[in-house]
Amino acid sequence: MTENTAKTEHKANEEEVIAKLDAFAELPDAPPKRRLKLSWVGKIAVGIVVFWMAVVVIGPYIAPFHEMDMDGDDSFLDAHSNEYGTFYLGTDYLGRDTLSRIAFGARNTIGISVIATLLAYCIGITLGIAAAVKGGWTDMIISRINDSILSLPAIMLGLIAIAALGSSVPILISIAAIIYATSVFRIARALGQDIMVQDFVEAAQARGEGLWWIIKSEVLPNAAMPLATDFGLRLVFVVLFISSLSFLGLGIQPPASDWGSMVRENLQGLVYGSYAAIWPAIAIATFTIAINLIVDDISAKSGGNLAKKMV
Amino acid sequence: MMAQMVLRRLGIGFIMLIVVSIIVFIGTSILPGDVAQIILGQSATPETLAALRAQLGTDQPLYIQYLSWLGNMMTGDLGISKAGGATIASLIGGRLGNTMMMAGIVSAIAIPLSVALGLWAAMHPGTWLDRIITFCTLSLISVPEFFIATILVLVLAVELHWLPSTAYLSGDETFWQLMKSLAMPLITLVIVVSAQMIRMTRAGILNVMSSPYIEMAILKGVPRRRIILRHAFFNAIGPIVNVIALNLAYLVSGVVIVETIFAYPGLAKLMIDGVQTRDLPLVQACAMIFSGTYVALILVADVASILSNPRLRQPK
Amino acid sequence: MAKEKLFEVKDLRISAYNDEKVEIPIVKGVTFDIHEGEVVALIGESGSGKTTISLAALAYTKPGLHFTGGEVLLRGKDVLTMAPLEQRALRGANVAYLAQSAAATFNPAITISEQVTESAVLHGVLSQKEATKRAEVLYHALELPDPSRIGYRYPHQVSGGQLQRLMAAMALCGKPDLMVLDEPTTALDVTTQIEVLKAFKKVIKEENAAAIYVTHDLAVVAQIADYIVVLYSGEIMEQGPVEQIINNPSHAYTKRLMDAVRPTPTAGMGVQVGDEHDRDVPAIEMEHLTAGYGGIVDGEPVATILRDVSVKVENGHVVGVIGESGCGKSTMARVMAGLLPQAKGHVRLEGKELEGSLNDRKLDQLQKVQFVFQMADTALNPKQVIGDIIGRPLEFYHGIKGKKKHAKVAEILKMVELPAEFASRYPMELSGGQKQRINMARSLAANPEVMLCDEVTSALDSIVGANVIKLLTALRDKTGVSFVFISHDLSTVGSFADEIVVLYAGRVVEQGPTDEVLSPPYHPYTRLLISSVPELRIGWLEDTMQKREMAVGIARGVEITKTGCPFFNRCPMAIEDTCDVKDVPIRELKDGHQIACHLTIDQLNESEVHAQQVLHGYEKIGIDKPLETG
Repeated sequence: MTENTAKTEHKANEEEVIAKLDAFAELPDAPPKRRLKLSWVGKIAVGIVVFWMAVVVIGPYIAPFHEMDMDGDDSFLDAHSNEYGTFYLGTDYLGRDTLSRIAFGARNTIGISVIATLLAYCIGITLGIAAAVKGGWTDMIISRINDSILSLPAIMLGLIAIAALGSSVPILISIAAIIYATSVFRIARALGQDIMVQDFVEAAQARGEGLWWIIKSEVLPNAAMPLATDFGLRLVFVVLFISSLSFLGLGIQPPASDWGSMVRENLQGLVYGSYAAIWPAIAIATFTIAINLIVDDISAKSGGNLAKKMV
Repeated sequence: MMAQMVLRRLGIGFIMLIVVSIIVFIGTSILPGDVAQIILGQSATPETLAALRAQLGTDQPLYIQYLSWLGNMMTGDLGISKAGGATIASLIGGRLGNTMMMAGIVSAIAIPLSVALGLWAAMHPGTWLDRIITFCTLSLISVPEFFIATILVLVLAVELHWLPSTAYLSGDETFWQLMKSLAMPLITLVIVVSAQMIRMTRAGILNVMSSPYIEMAILKGVPRRRIILRHAFFNAIGPIVNVIALNLAYLVSGVVIVETIFAYPGLAKLMIDGVQTRDLPLVQACAMIFSGTYVALILVADVASILSNPRLRQPK
Repeated sequence: MAKEKLFEVKDLRISAYNDEKVEIPIVKGVTFDIHEGEVVALIGESGSGKTTISLAALAYTKPGLHFTGGEVLLRGKDVLTMAPLEQRALRGANVAYLAQSAAATFNPAITISEQVTESAVLHGVLSQKEATKRAEVLYHALELPDPSRIGYRYPHQVSGGQLQRLMAAMALCGKPDLMVLDEPTTALDVTTQIEVLKAFKKVIKEENAAAIYVTHDLAVVAQIADYIVVLYSGEIMEQGPVEQIINNPSHAYTKRLMDAVRPTPTAGMGVQVGDEHDRDVPAIEMEHLTAGYGGIVDGEPVATILRDVSVKVENGHVVGVIGESGCGKSTMARVMAGLLPQAKGHVRLEGKELEGSLNDRKLDQLQKVQFVFQMADTALNPKQVIGDIIGRPLEFYHGIKGKKKHAKVAEILKMVELPAEFASRYPMELSGGQKQRINMARSLAANPEVMLCDEVTSALDSIVGANVIKLLTALRDKTGVSFVFISHDLSTVGSFADEIVVLYAGRVVEQGPTDEVLSPPYHPYTRLLISSVPELRIGWLEDTMQKREMAVGIARGVEITKTGCPFFNRCPMAIEDTCDVKDVPIRELKDGHQIACHLTIDQLNESEVHAQQVLHGYEKIGIDKPLETG
């Protein structure tokens, strides 16, 4: 009985299967295009980053006070209003409006970091791809120099350089760019090397394509996405690096506002219960955490699934 | 083959130390221009300048300067501080001990803690606790060290009055007092260092956990504990040791910040003071100590991961 | 049926869920039984759900898949509804799994012995001492070298074929009721495969174990299974006893599968080409060529892959290059394509010397020799659309641009039997076979004289692969292009090539017209190769095992030697002090058929007459020799 029904079922789908086989000659196993999908955490994070980027651009124009104005009634006050306006986040150690200084400081902290990271990317990618594509001695020499710089903690290099050169915005940007270019170099080179040994690059070489065409058409398009993800991580490191130096009094110099130095300036206020040091610290934290959350969300998660199968 | 690789690593480590010393030397000696001019300032005459240059050795060619500097450094002659004229060796002496003590205690707490938490998270991926650990560690590695320190001061010192907000050592504290004044910097550093280590340990184990041989172990009915501890952990030792070594970089930068915030009399504080007063010989000496230790630790990690790999331990 | 039902799968359904949480059925209601001591084969191509079904026997799904219906009963008890701890107790003890790649499934950090005995001891089936003892017995039964000591080794210290058999020991050690074998011989070379198959068959019989054997290879199934379940896209097309399915398939899909199995290589299968393409000079030739990797020391590469190879490809001919992994067949094509400069010797294109390095070759030379990579997945840039991939050689070599290029791309797509709309797709939007066609289309677009095809069908399912071969045959008739067709599969080569070159350890051991190479006299290695290709015939394995004891140097790896004959250490007819030291003479036969052997043609012919005796010679070599290192 069961056998009979099975038989008829088979005959029913037999034609279907063969028709399918003939139609495609083979089954397309094409996966649907992967769209970039963010979790709700990721979406909030994007919102935060967009917010801070907007502050970088328009912050100084919408801030209630100028970063240098000492219009507050006194130092380390909580939120209050006086004849000049409202101090939503209170005042700092010189009686300046904390909120306005954060709005102005975004430009220094984030702006300088973004410029330094971009510069690090230009240097790192150029040298990294060159090393990967050229190979041989070029690769050897650049890689060795890079490894030695990379073998020192970033903060040490920063301290040495600032001890020798003093601190100014161009110097800060250059130092951060050079230090972080080393890690960009490492990644770009590794990516480049991975791509260079792919068959499609070899196919291009066998065709007789020139080096530039191979870099432009084969290597860069395939390296773009991983490098973009890495940019976020690197930016976080640079922000932390520059604010740490500022915090140590070795970065952006007063009276310009900068989130790292704002924490330092107002640290003493903590003892009196003033949050003037906390707000800029929170500003840094929200920005960097948000970027890392986005990067974490985009990066493929692997390995966890198998672990769930353990008993 | 293994001995060869270990020797190779030792060689590389040695070369790295040399390179580090060159970077430190060049970074601090060449760029500021004529040291004699800076020291003498306006009052310089060509004669006094030449005399001082001869005294400082800056009239020699660069490589001679470097070699004599390196030679002095090796023999323990770290030079004389510009500020106050004390020998750098005497300045560093006690400070080094303080920093080492802090780094030692932090490592002793942070390493077992992170490996345990990282392992636990890797064993239970996707659970609530794992998600909390993942989120917290991600947040902690994203924020500056001084943020964590500031929040801790606010909560533990200002609001709760549990701990002092500075860690100044007078030298004659009782053990209990010592612990109390060290608590805040220690907690900060443990948090800073552990966050990254937990994440990387978890990632390292999970990476191993996606190998076909782990699936095979599941299909053989091996219990979870044994899969993690026998099948995954042994293959993850290399990566984990590397993680620990790499995170000592965070310890270095963490120490710099924490010593500043809590006014802890350590080597990093000394170095920051040196940078602020541009006391270059002092900066050189401190940088060499920090970087040298770091390079040595990386080397230890490298060797350890070679020793833990059966492919290298037991050649074909 | 006197035997008891051991295992039943009833209306099993397994699904995946995509990003939008939409259910995608993978297994769509599958029902079959296994009796005690019975081997049931699940056969199907990729996407048929065969591995997924087999894993259900262990109450396991790959991450991302979920059981959505049906029962899987072991001795009447549903394993899917068991508590997790019961399922764990089942795995390894009642049902054991044997994976496709032993190299990946053995833990590199743990000794073989511990891994083999682990599950038997953990489940309390045996004590550690008993398990170790049983493992040794199994090593013996599986004809592993040095059974008493092999367990102390780490996985990286034994060969691939040995590791595959060690995994069988691992599965059997806990005396399971049911073994699940997932494509256990697919990754192996033919001469190794037959050994492993033989060992599996013997040990399954001795242990009286029931088994699920998952494979795509009908010829293998015919040797090992009692019962066959044919799957397509998660559904059973047909099931029945092995004789019924192999000799009298009823379902059209099964018939398609059978058609795709290429005939056993025999004389007369080669295609004879007319003389119209013939010219005086060969399209491409290699003369006394030595090549390898690493720097050159004393005129030889550090790692020599090819040694003193001379091969001619006549105009419009197809030359098949056959050999096992590591024999240097891909290296040969890479040297011709200029991807690897030779250390010694010459490559000539239409009689003119070709420079070794790509940079020194002229553009028209590059255009005339086109290389088709094995894996279309990696050979096509995932960030370029098909139109750009195929269009680039048109533009690069022939300066065809704009509208003309579009038209030409459409024309080429038609040549490889794909619709013109594909021009705007990305490679990942195509199936494996379609990608391979694009891969070939790119080479065709260059309008070459010679196409070098490196294992172009080996990553494809059999029906798809058969279609690609059909396409290649049509292309060669249409375009008159010469082909170098590299494959490890003698049947594929035999059905497509005019001439065959047999490579062993980087040397040509035999070459000539297909019919000549596939008929006696054979080089001893060619004979081994031919007799190792499984036939789609029940009982072939037993016949072969009885007639031809082929335990040839399994304990020995292929050695790349500098002097003498490379096959010396595996050859049953080797002459001591001659074959291992003296240069191998090349014996010329008719029509350019050459055999490189110290034995004379007469001796080789004679060996055919006394094939039985000679083949018994294979027996002498081999099994109980201590494990060689290196």
